[in-house]
Amino acid sequence: MIEIRIHGRGGQGNVVAAYLLATAAFGAGRHVQAFPNFGAERRGAPVTAFVRIADRPIRRRCQVLHPAWLIVQDDKLLHLPDITTGLLQGGAILVNSTRDGAGLGAQLGCTVVALPATRLALDILGRPVPNTALLSAFLALTGLLPQSALIQALSERFHGDVLERNRRLIIEAAARVEAGAWQETSHAARA
Amino acid sequence: MQHALEGSQALARTVALCRPQVIAAYPITPQTHIVENLSKLVADGVLDCELVSVESEFSAASVVLGAVAAGSRSYTASSSQGILLMAEVLFNIAGLRIPLVLTCANRAVSGPLSIWNDQQDSMAVRDAGWIQLYCANNQEAVDTTIQAFRIAEQCELPVMVCVDGFTLTHTLEVIDLPEQEQVDNMLPPFDFERRLDPQNPISIGTLVSPDFFTEARYSHHTALMEALDVIEQAAQSWQAISGRTQYPLLRSSGPEDARIAILTLGSVSGTLEAALEEYPDEPATRLIALRSFRPFPIEALQQACQGLTDLIVLERALSPGSGGIVGSEVRAAFSGVVDAPRIHNFSVGLGGRDIPLDIFPRLHAALRNGDGLPFAVIDLEPDRLPVSA
Repeated sequence: MIEIRIHGRGGQGNVVAAYLLATAAFGAGRHVQAFPNFGAERRGAPVTAFVRIADRPIRRRCQVLHPAWLIVQDDKLLHLPDITTGLLQGGAILVNSTRDGAGLGAQLGCTVVALPATRLALDILGRPVPNTALLSAFLALTGLLPQSALIQALSERFHGDVLERNRRLIIEAAARVEAGAWQETSHAARA
Repeated sequence: MQHALEGSQALARTVALCRPQVIAAYPITPQTHIVENLSKLVADGVLDCELVSVESEFSAASVVLGAVAAGSRSYTASSSQGILLMAEVLFNIAGLRIPLVLTCANRAVSGPLSIWNDQQDSMAVRDAGWIQLYCANNQEAVDTTIQAFRIAEQCELPVMVCVDGFTLTHTLEVIDLPEQEQVDNMLPPFDFERRLDPQNPISIGTLVSPDFFTEARYSHHTALMEALDVIEQAAQSWQAISGRTQYPLLRSSGPEDARIAILTLGSVSGTLEAALEEYPDEPATRLIALRSFRPFPIEALQQACQGLTDLIVLERALSPGSGGIVGSEVRAAFSGVVDAPRIHNFSVGLGGRDIPLDIFPRLHAALRNGDGLPFAVIDLEPDRLPVSA
C-alpha cells in the first residue's frame, strides 16, 4: 500500500487533488481511498488530504501518519514546523514553487522537486489552480500510473475546451520533471 | 457497477435509486453533500421527486413526517445539532409509526463547538423509538440504506442509518452501486395503509389518555423487538439480490478461538481489522461490529461473545456522569449470564480525534492493566486537561 499526503490551502483544490489521484488509480485497476482532514473550513487556511493506493481492499481509516510522498501546493507551507512529520525514509516532496528544488531539499533534509504549477496553470488554463499540474508531475516522477489514467479521471469532471487545456497542462507538467526519478524511492517508501 | 465515489455522493445516488417521492432537508451546516447531490439529481431531471429546502431541521423532519403520513416514500439527512433540533419531531415520527429513512452523518454535539466525527448525536436520540443501524464502511452504508426503506415500510417504523461523518461521508473509495432493477426488486412501490386520505379520513397524533398511553408505548417497544427478524430478512433478501454478504445485526470476524473481543459501532472496525494484521503478536482478538443498536440484539450478542473472557466495548460517545452508553447496555445484556465475559468500556475518537492503528496494542495494554472497569477514555491526553481538573 502506498500512502500520500497532500498539503495545500482552502480553495486550492486540495481535496479535489486527492479525489482525482484516487480516481485515476481506481481507473487503473487499483484499490483506493482518499479523504480530507478538514480544519477550519475557510479559504487560505492550511488543509491536508490523504490518498491510499493498494492492490487489495483498504480497511484502515486512520489518517496517513507515514506517507511515502508529500504533494505541497503552496511552498510557504514548507515552513510549517510539522510538514515533514512522518515522511518515510527515502520519501520525497513535490512542491508547487518557482524556487529551486535542490535548495529547498537541502533546507528540509530530503528530496524535493519543485514545479511552477500555478504559473503553468495560469498560462494554460487561465486559472491559478496548481493541482492538475502537480498530479501529472507526480505520476511522471513515480511512474505510479500512466498519465492517461489522470486524463481519464479528469474527463469525468471536465469536457470540451477545459478538458483539452487540462490535457495540454498534463503533458507540459510531466515534461518538466525527470520521468521515473522517484521510481526507486517508491520501492523504499513501500517497504 | 464499481465506482470510485465519495461516500456522500454514493449515498445520494443510492437514495435516488430507492425512488423517494419527497425529500426535505436543511441545506446548510451541519448538512453533508448527500442532500446537495440529491438536489442536483432532481434539478437534472434524473430523480422525479419533490425536494423541499426548509429553514431548519425541525421543519425538515416535520415535512417528511407529513409526507409519509400522506403516503409518500420520503427521506431526510442530518447530523449533530441538526439531529438535536429534530429531536422533538423524531419522537413523534417514531411514536406515530411513520416509516421514514434518515441518514445521520454522525458528528459531535456542541459545546464546545465541533464539526467532526463521533456518535454523540445518534446516541442522544437513542430512545426516540427509531431503528438505528450503524455502517462500517460506505458499501455497507449503500446496502443498508436500501434495506432501511424495506425495513421501515415493513415494520412501520423509522430507520436511522448511521454513517460516520467525514470518516465515511467525505471519503472517496471503491463502491459497488446497484442497478435500478435490483433496487426495484428489493423495494416495491410504497403503499402506506394508514395514509391520510380525504376519501377515507383518519386522525393521527391525537391525544392519548393514561388509559391507552402505556399500551401505545409498549406496542412500540414490541414492534422494535420484532424488527430484529425483519432486519435479518431484509439482509437476506438484499444478499440474494446484490450478491454481497450482508451482516444483519452484527458482524463477528477474527479468530474463532480468541478469548478477547472488541465491540465497535461504525467505521472504526476497519482500522481494527487492519490492526489485527499489523500487530500479529498481540493476543488473538475477535472483532464484533454492532450494526443494529436499536433494536438491541441481546441474543445475537450473547452468542457472538461465547467463549470470551474479556470483551472491550469501544465507543465514540460519552454519557457524562455515567460513562459509556453502549458499554452500559452490553453489561446489562450479560447481567445474570453464567460465564459472561469481563466487560471493559472505553470511549475513543471524540470530536474527530483520529483513531490510529496503535489503538489496538493500547487497548490490549489497557486490558492487561485492568483498565476500563467500569469505564475509561482510551485516547485521553492528560496534559491537555484544564489545569483545574
